[in-house]
Amino acid sequence: MINIDRSSENEITILKVTGEVDASSSIQLDEEMSQVAIQGAKIIVDLSELEYISSAGLGVFMSYISDLEDKKMTLVLFGMKEKVLQVFQILGLDQLLTIEENKEEAIKKASDL
Amino acid sequence: MIYKLDIACKKDHLREVRRFVSDILAQNHYPDAESNKVILAVDEICANLIIHSNDCDPNEKLQLQIDYNTKQIVFEISDHGKGFDLSEYREPSMEDLIRAKRKGGVGLLLVKRIMDDIQFLQQSGKNVCRLTKYIH
Repeated sequence: MINIDRSSENEITILKVTGEVDASSSIQLDEEMSQVAIQGAKIIVDLSELEYISSAGLGVFMSYISDLEDKKMTLVLFGMKEKVLQVFQILGLDQLLTIEENKEEAIKKASDL
Repeated sequence: MIYKLDIACKKDHLREVRRFVSDILAQNHYPDAESNKVILAVDEICANLIIHSNDCDPNEKLQLQIDYNTKQIVFEISDHGKGFDLSEYREPSMEDLIRAKRKGGVGLLLVKRIMDDIQFLQQSGKNVCRLTKYIH
């Protein structure tokens, strides 16, 4: 139900998540995140082809918020469709996570942070 | 107008639930910008019932009934699993969830933010979760 492609540019890891993240498919996202979320990692997540996210998907991103400081990690989400962004906004997660409009902005942010 | 969908308690079927709700909202011209949130709320309840009330047992069934009228949409999701007592539900704080690195716990919070009314009832030996969304 979801597809995740991993690539890298310079020192930044790029995950592209395609499809629908729900209680069934969120485990895939969690597994992928756990592999790349290492000390000092700079991760940007392309959500431009994400059609749906439920609390299970939000929970995956939420669970890494405290690691950002502890592991000196950077996590930037970008390219969300309006309907997906709205789900982050319901709980105010758009204020707790770094969200950018496009890849260029995300790379710039990840490089600066 | 009343619509019904029966599914087995498997997480794989959540997509079918979303498609069903989406089709009915579209048929009734519910605003596109709002429909994803309503679909999300129903998906969250069904996921909770499948996982927590029925332990993902495919022999157990969920029934979703949608009563769409001019003033409101009423979603009733019924099952025979372990019931849920909303009065014992305490809203988690986002800070606590983040500190604990919890991956779950915000589903019902989303539903409460999206729907106008939530009730968990016992009716004719079934557990029924009734979600109401007013149409403005």
